[in-house]
Amino acid sequence: MKRAQLITGLVLVAAVLVTAVVAVFWTPFDPLRVVAGQRLLAPGWPHVLGTDGFGIDIASRLMVGARTILLVGIISVGVAAVVGVPLGMLAGQAGGWVDEVVMRVSDVVYAFPALLLAMLLAAIYGGSTVTAMVAIGVASIPAFARVARAGALQVMASDFVLAAKSSGTSRWGVARRHVLPNIAPLIGVQASVGFAMAILAEAALSYLGLATPRPNPTWGNMLRDAQNFLFVAPLQALWPGLAIALAVLGFNLLGDGLRDYLDPRLREVP
Amino acid sequence: MTEPLYRAEQLTRRYRNGGTEVLALDHVDLTIEPGRRLGIVGESGSGKSTLVRLLAGLDRPTSGRIWFEGTEITDLPERRLGFLRAAVQMVFQDPRSSLNPRMRVGDIITEPLRSRLVRRQLPDGIDHARRLAEVLDAVDLPTDSGGRYPHEFSGGQRQRIAIARALAPKPEILIADEPVSALDVSVRAQVLNLLTDLVAAQGLTLIVVSHDLMVVRHLCDQLAVMRQGRIIEQGDTETVYSRPGAEYTRALLAAIPRIRTAG
Repeated sequence: MKRAQLITGLVLVAAVLVTAVVAVFWTPFDPLRVVAGQRLLAPGWPHVLGTDGFGIDIASRLMVGARTILLVGIISVGVAAVVGVPLGMLAGQAGGWVDEVVMRVSDVVYAFPALLLAMLLAAIYGGSTVTAMVAIGVASIPAFARVARAGALQVMASDFVLAAKSSGTSRWGVARRHVLPNIAPLIGVQASVGFAMAILAEAALSYLGLATPRPNPTWGNMLRDAQNFLFVAPLQALWPGLAIALAVLGFNLLGDGLRDYLDPRLREVP
Repeated sequence: MTEPLYRAEQLTRRYRNGGTEVLALDHVDLTIEPGRRLGIVGESGSGKSTLVRLLAGLDRPTSGRIWFEGTEITDLPERRLGFLRAAVQMVFQDPRSSLNPRMRVGDIITEPLRSRLVRRQLPDGIDHARRLAEVLDAVDLPTDSGGRYPHEFSGGQRQRIAIARALAPKPEILIADEPVSALDVSVRAQVLNLLTDLVAAQGLTLIVVSHDLMVVRHLCDQLAVMRQGRIIEQGDTETVYSRPGAEYTRALLAAIPRIRTAG
């Protein structure tokens, strides 16, 4: 059962990954060129998923959209983890007022809606892929900090850390050899779940026109375009919607499966 | 007159737990001579673990002073505690939690050698691989154990790993906090015998904390009985056993289960 979850997650994530990589080199049709004579074609051949309101091949646009979403996910989750995990570990290991300050600042960031931050950035710099990455990344920092802090607190209370201290291991040594390896599975799970959230957030932002602008395709702005033809060509909205749902599901399942797989203590029991 | 290994004067430790204050250690005086094997017994909450944590420099007293080999360690900052960290090693109660599950046994055992504080106290160029082989041999574990993870070993073997880690920096003092109470009864005797042999062979000073009087009798030549943060009786193990002075010690001794033969 657990195994099936992990494998399903892996397959879905791998599908997104492969699609995105292929899209860098090849798409069946030009994802940007408007062909007036082929508007709103039904799925068939050679346009397997049909064409959109500008006569552009939907499959090609979906492929390029996967590329964008992956890039946004990697960068924003990367930013959040690189900033959030050390902060959380610092808070958990140091305790006292350091903990208090770090976590209160983190709460403030957490309370600030990502959407508002994205709108703010879009208003100043114009909506782009970069503003979406920054907004989603910053908004995800507190989640990573919290996970890292909770994990660090648990590890710091263990006897093996006490043993390390009693043989003179430095705080840095404790962080590197004891805390980080033991919270790595938690962070892996958080990264996977964070990735799923980043995909949703990116879709929402580009749907609202606050992220990657047209004509560059993203799953979010494809949804928005499809909305205009909802009664004429309802399938148009189905494809990007399905892509978002499956990608989000994939990363969530992967996160759950990873948690079980990465823990050697759980692996003991088949 | 030789300097005692440890000297403690009026050691007191209070913990604040929410609004209530707990007096874990109440003006304890203690002297430990080198080469002795001291057992500290008492029920849970009597302050015995608090006492050894203070001795090991893992916690600071609320008041009172501690000397180690003539140097006062009461308020020494961590960076100047290197001599203590190298000389005093601990074995904890439960090897399931005292060994990092994500480290290989070889890395666990050589960790004390890698600490910068301890390294300064050791002879230059101590070879980690060689020391690992030596201590694995000393605790009767297979030589190839270094590359494996703790969960691949049984409880008794894991406690041997913990003992090997404590021996790695060639300490003078071994502090064992309930060293066998988390182990299966069937392997307790093995681990106790191993400790006895090691202490004798390496000339270690031993401090054992236990609630089990039989364990202490087996390992120690000196005994301190603690209750409510105080040492209420102290002396040679056999003397205390045969002629307990305090009422409480008599009650403790009477609580050891014996097999009564019928008739």
